Order: sequence, then C-alpha cells, then structure tokens
Amino acid sequence: MATIQPIAGENEQHPDVALVERVRGGDVSAYDALVRKYERQIFRIAQHITQNREDAEDVMQDAFLKAYEKLEQFQGNSKFYTWLVRIAVNESLMRLRKRRTGKMVSIDEDVETEEGSVPRDLADWAPNPEQNYTQSELAEILRKTIQGLPPGFRVVFVLRDVDGLSTEETAESLGLSVPAVKSRLLRARLQLRERLSRYFRRNDGVEK
Amino acid sequence: MTCTEFLAQLDDLIDDEVTSQMRSDLQDHLRGCEHCEVTLNTTRKTIEIYRSNEIYELPSGLRERLHAAIMERCKKGC
Repeated sequence: MATIQPIAGENEQHPDVALVERVRGGDVSAYDALVRKYERQIFRIAQHITQNREDAEDVMQDAFLKAYEKLEQFQGNSKFYTWLVRIAVNESLMRLRKRRTGKMVSIDEDVETEEGSVPRDLADWAPNPEQNYTQSELAEILRKTIQGLPPGFRVVFVLRDVDGLSTEETAESLGLSVPAVKSRLLRARLQLRERLSRYFRRNDGVEK
Repeated sequence: MTCTEFLAQLDDLIDDEVTSQMRSDLQDHLRGCEHCEVTLNTTRKTIEIYRSNEIYELPSGLRERLHAAIMERCKKGC
C-alpha cells in the first residue's frame, strides 16, 4: 500500500508526527515502527520506577496499548515520545501502588536529603574506572547504585541524562515544574557520583 | 567564587548552558580548586557511564507479545 510521504518543505515536523498520522489512517505497521523506536526507553523507564522486571514488562505493554487507544487525544503540541513517557510513568506508578498496597507512591514528593548536596568523597577516580570490572559486574554496580536513589530522582536522571530529554520535556512528561526537575537532577547526579566513588576511586595506596 | 557557588552552576556547566562570562568565572575557580575539579570530572564520568551502559536489557519476545496484543486490539477496530 502506498503511503503518503511527508510534504517537502515541512522540515519542522518531527518524523513521529508522520508515523502518528499513518496510524490514525489505519496503518498499524506505522505503530510498530514507533514501538521499535521507543520500546527500549519505555522498558528502561518502567524498570527504573517499578524496580521489577515483570512489572516493567506489563507497564511497557500497557503503555503502548494505551497510547495506541488514546492516539486521537495526542495533540501534537508536544513530542509523541514525551506524551508516551507520561503514560508510561503513570502506568508504572499505578503498578507500584498495586504492589505496595496502602503505601503512597509519587514522583512529585520531594525528598529532603542532605546527601548529595555537598560532595564528601573527593577522591579522584581511576582513569576509565569501568574497565576494572566485567560488563556484568559493572551493570550490577550501576543498578545497585541507582536503585538507592528516591524514585523521583532516578526517573529525572534517566530521562535527562540517559534518554537525553531536555529539562522542559522531562518536566512535561513527569508533570513537574522546571525548577523541580533541575533541583532533582543536580542531587541525583551528585548522589550517584558519590556512591560510584566507592567503586571507581583511584586506588594508588595514598588513601589510608 | 566559593565551592557552593560553583556547585550551584555545576549542572548548567555540564549541560553547556552557561554564559561565556560565567564559564570563564567557573574556569577561574577550577584552576585553584582541586575538589571542584574532581567533582566536575567524576560527575561527567558518572553521566557518561550510565549513558553508555544498558543496565536493563529488553527481555526477548516482549516486542512480539506487544505486537500480538496490538493486533488483537486492532481486531476490535483500529
């Protein structure tokens, strides 16, 4: 089946918009293209929030299905991905609440921590410190380290620094203000750095 | 510039969102402060390590299950 090519000259249009239009026109394969493009990121976000593989799998499935069903509501004034992340974050939080019945789980509760506001471990790291570990050891260290952060910090860090969303996009997909995103990002980065120092610090015998 | 003032600009410096005047002030501070230099470098490295290592692999078969679920949903009307 012939598909309508984006009109030349509309360089401003995000490629996802054309895919969304095709899905709306009944072309399911265009939705598969969107799934392939974002499945990793959505699964990753769900894992970071739920910290449970089974839940993350369900969240990914539910988020993409829900986005598909609600596609008519997608306005196009935000990026498709930002809109999708917002659905995935909500699905993740719902899943988390189900698992922890009675306990409120929220992304917008701010956590007052002294940790991370002032760097304490000031030892420099070894050059390419990750090379001292096997790939699976490194993945385990990175998982353990980020799991120690409050959920609202983890997800801000992942969206901004791993996914590469802008501060504004991160704020929009989490329903947070820009200053809240900024404050969490700084603390998340500093806390991760501090915690990783245990593994990556230069071990040259100077430390007592 | 104090270390606290430097730290307040750390994210903007890393994200390259500082004015040239601010950048030069921050660089002046860095020249005389090893602690802040270490903090800057290791924070940058932290981000780079998380960015370049996938810590949650996508389970195999998940995409296929999702595709099947979407097709199933589609039967009811796309």
